Parts: sequence; C-alpha cells; structure tokens
Amino acid sequence: MISTHLPILQVLVPLLAAPVLALLRGRTLSYLVATGFVVVAFLIAIGLTIQVVHTGAVSYAIGNWAPPLGIEYRIDELTVIMLLMVTGIASAVLIGGGQSIAVEIPERRAPLFFALFCLNVAGLIGMTVTGDVFNLFVFLEISSLSTYALVAMGRDRRALTAAYQYLVIGTVGATFYVIGVGLLYMMTGTLNMADLTARVSGVESTLTIKTALAFLFIGLGVKLGMMPVHFWLPNAYAQAPSTVSAFLAGTATKVAVYVMLRIVFGIFGIGIFTSSYLADVVIALGIFAMVAASVSAIFQSDAKRLLAYSSLAQIGYILFALGLATEAGLTAAILHLFNHGLMKATLFLALTAVALRLGRTRLEDFDGLAQAMPATMLAFAVAALSLVGVPLTIGFVSKWYLLAAAFDRDGVLVAAVILGSSLLALLYLWPLVERAYFRKRPAGAPEIEEAPLALILAMWALVAVNVFLGVNSQFTVNLAANAARHLIGAVP
Amino acid sequence: MEFPGLYNYWIAMVLMMMGLYIVITDPNMVKKIVGLSIFQVSVFVFYISMAKVRGGTAPILDDRFTVYSNPLPHVLILTAIVVGIATTALALALLVRIQAAFGTVDEEAIKALERET
Repeated sequence: MISTHLPILQVLVPLLAAPVLALLRGRTLSYLVATGFVVVAFLIAIGLTIQVVHTGAVSYAIGNWAPPLGIEYRIDELTVIMLLMVTGIASAVLIGGGQSIAVEIPERRAPLFFALFCLNVAGLIGMTVTGDVFNLFVFLEISSLSTYALVAMGRDRRALTAAYQYLVIGTVGATFYVIGVGLLYMMTGTLNMADLTARVSGVESTLTIKTALAFLFIGLGVKLGMMPVHFWLPNAYAQAPSTVSAFLAGTATKVAVYVMLRIVFGIFGIGIFTSSYLADVVIALGIFAMVAASVSAIFQSDAKRLLAYSSLAQIGYILFALGLATEAGLTAAILHLFNHGLMKATLFLALTAVALRLGRTRLEDFDGLAQAMPATMLAFAVAALSLVGVPLTIGFVSKWYLLAAAFDRDGVLVAAVILGSSLLALLYLWPLVERAYFRKRPAGAPEIEEAPLALILAMWALVAVNVFLGVNSQFTVNLAANAARHLIGAVP
Repeated sequence: MEFPGLYNYWIAMVLMMMGLYIVITDPNMVKKIVGLSIFQVSVFVFYISMAKVRGGTAPILDDRFTVYSNPLPHVLILTAIVVGIATTALALALLVRIQAAFGTVDEEAIKALERET
C-alpha cells in the first residue's frame, strides 16, 4: 500500500523533482512542474498528519533495514507540524510568487531556480523526518548548498557576497555538527537518535559527551541564526530573490531550531540543561538576541533587512524558551517556532508584492501604499500585529505561554524583558504601517496596482491560518504541549 | 597526561585550528576556501583515525583475521568528502562570479566597493 510508504515519498517527491526540472526548458513549464511537485509534497504531509493523529508516531525503515542499523525515518506530532509548515509555506510561496520569480529570475535560469528550490524543500523535509544523525547532516547540506545558490540568484551583485559569506559560515557550522556527531558515535557506537538517547545516559558525565554537545549546539546555532553567530542572516535575507527570502524566513531557521530540539532535548535530555550552566547560557543568548536584534531592526532603512533582524529577535525568544528547560517553556518554544514561521512568511510575501510593483523595499517606498495595494498592506498589518503579540492572533498565544513559562521559573524581571522587547517590535514595525496608512504617495510617484491575485491569495491563506489558530488557540496549544511532553518523555 | 598519547587527535586538532584561522583572518576569498577545505579535511582525518583499530585489518570475512577496523566512520567520510567537494565547487563558482562583478576577490576591497553603492 502506498500509505505505508508516505514517509519516504515525502522526501523523494521534491528530491526527484530537482533533476526533472534541471532537464526542462522554459519558464512556464518548469514553474508548473515545480508547483505540482511541491503541492503533492504538501498533500503527502497532510496524509502523514492523518496517519499520526490516528495511529501515533510512524517509523519507517529505509530499504527494510531495521533500525538502529538501518536508517530510520521517524514521524511524530512535532515532525508533522514542521512538515505541514515547510511544505505549506513552499506551496504558498510558489503559487503566489510566480510573477515575482518571472521578474527577478531570467528566463534562461528559471528551470535551475526551480530545481534548487525543490532541492531545498527536499533537504528541509529530510532534516525533519530522519531519525539518523548522520543522515540529517546530509540533508542539512542538501538544503544549505541549494540555499547558497538560491541567495546568489539575487539581482544585486551584493547577493554574491552574501551567498559567499553564508557559505563560509554555514560550512563551518555544518562541520561543527559533524564533529559533534563523531564524538557521539565514539562514545555510543550508534547514529540512530532513539538508540543514542538510550546509550548517552550511561556516559553523560564524560568530557567527550560534553564536548560533543558543545560542538552540536554551536554548529546548529549557526544554522538557526543564534545571535553572536548570525552574521550571514541579514545579508542573505536582504539580497536573495524576494520569494526565496519568504521561503527561507518561514522555514530554514525553524527547521534548524527543530533539529536543535531533537538533538539537545531528544538525545541529551532535559537533565543536561538543568544540571549545568547551559540553561543560563541559552537564556542569556536569547535575551541578548531579543534586545540587540530588535534595537538593530529599528535603525534599518530597508524593510527586508528590518524583517531579517526581527527574525533574529524572534529566534531569541525561542532560545530563551528552550533555556527555561521546563515543559511549559518547551511548549512555548514550539508554539513560537510554528507561528513565527507563519508570520514571517506572510510579511516577506507582502514584501515580495511591494518589490514586484516598486522594484525595491526601502522604508520610504511604503508611503501611502495602503491606498494603492490595500489587500497586501492589510495582510502585512495583520502579520505585523501578530509579531507584536496582539490578541486574536497566534502571536498572542505564543507570547502568552512564553510569559507564563518565564514567570514560573525566573519571575518578574525576565517577563519584563519579554514585554519590553515586544514594545521594541512595535517600534520597528510601526513606521512601516504608519507610512502605508497615514501618509500620501509622494507627488509624481508612478501609479501602481494591487499585487497579482495569486500572491494575495497566498498571503491571505497564511493570514487565515494565523488568525484561525490564534482564535482556536486550544488546538494549537494542545498539539505543542503534546509534542513537548513527548520530547521530554523520551528521556526517562 | 601521556604525551603525545593519541597523537592522531592532535594532528586533527592542529589542522582544524589552522583551517579556521585562515577562514577568519585571510582577506583573500580564494584562500579562505582553501582554509575551509583544510578545516573539513581535519574532520575527515579525525573520523578515519577514530575508527582505526591498532593491528586491525579491513573488515573482510575470513578465518585468518579476527581484528577489524570499524568501517562505518570510513563510509560516513566518503559521504562527507562528496559534500566537501560540492561545497568547494560551489564556493569557487561563486568566486568566479564575484571576480566578474567586482573585479577583485579581496574582502576589504569588496567591502569598500559595496559601501560606495
């Protein structure tokens, strides 16, 4: 039956799309093929969700080699959330971004662009489903290498240096991850995550295991945009083609955070956080990112860069919630992970629309845009409100749980920092909304139309999910709480 | 501590630090990639020497041999070598484009050019 092979198909469909696309010629054909493959991947993710909801976690042995010797794909609630997010945002970006890609990518390169995009999706999906730490590295590199090439396709020549910078830092990060895996293997003799969990607990106090944790943490920290090792992120987001920024901002760093959750909490267990000063380090890094990145965002003159710095701040929230090392904190981290992906994808899609109509996204370009592009700017405003944490949006739900978790553990001071950082978010997002709604288009500015219908639909689909999950918060919270409980429960 | 002890790890670490140092300090972007390759190769050395068992042979099923080296890390490194080649190739391709766009591969010079625009 095909339904038993959904886990492998989830990876294979976008992976096989890449060579097919590389052989095609012409923009329209390759666009349709790529969109088709990605939408099929989204449908498979839905199928997997139904399976997991009905029968619990799914384990798939590649080539029928039983784990831990063979490679295992393991899909549980948390995996499903990430799969839906990655494939859903990929579908939304491709469906909505057709015209923007047509403008920003030359005809000759279009098939290769779509091939890279599908490779990237396949890599991110692979990182999510795999239960083998080395297999994860391979998928990490598939997604990273395709990202470097995608970023380099930006129109400005600065895209090339941004891609180069990302490549160097990203490779160092990935290699750190490999070193960590090597040290883990040295002590345990296994690469399977579930097997590692069981075996690490016996040798937890050795220096080798602690070193492994340090390498893994820093390596993944680079990939997820942790604040002191974040330098690649603002340039990459600002210079990449608009649609690529939208996809990356919504998914790439989030999948890296997910891997961090799997490795640090799944394998090492929450005990390593509470028994060492690691928890304090992570909390400090999180708070540093929340404040420093938000302040940097206020001083940006380009909307794409502004949102990139905002992403760094949001990653700070997630790290902070992880550092709390409680079930409530983990629930908040997963919630924020999910909804930040949704919000950032929406915001960057709105910027895609602006870039499509105006050719650039500087702050002053937003003057009076709400009259010219009402649907786009309304979606932007709703997502911005969600980012600040206004009630009835999903941002409120995650901020609420984050505050509650922080209050439980560290009390008033830290909660005050979170609130203060939310005010900073208001400070850097308000100028954009204010310009769009309360200023007039400058005299002599060219007439512009609303964004294409497909792009508006894609944006509003994401906004609808955002608001729906914000209003029916119980559903989202239960899912996240379950996932958090499983992660912690993995270690007896 | 016994010195040199397991000297293979010292070699890997020294190579690793040399590679990282080049990546961080050298303004020439081609040389940075050379450093990055050295850094990656040091990890290959680390894995390969980790799996070697003293006196062990290749894992071939034969009555005459009883001690084998662990083949798994060696196989993993085959994969990692492929990844490393892909990374280096992509980086060099990017550098060709950077040279064409900026006329230089010196980091400082490029930063100055970017600031102008």
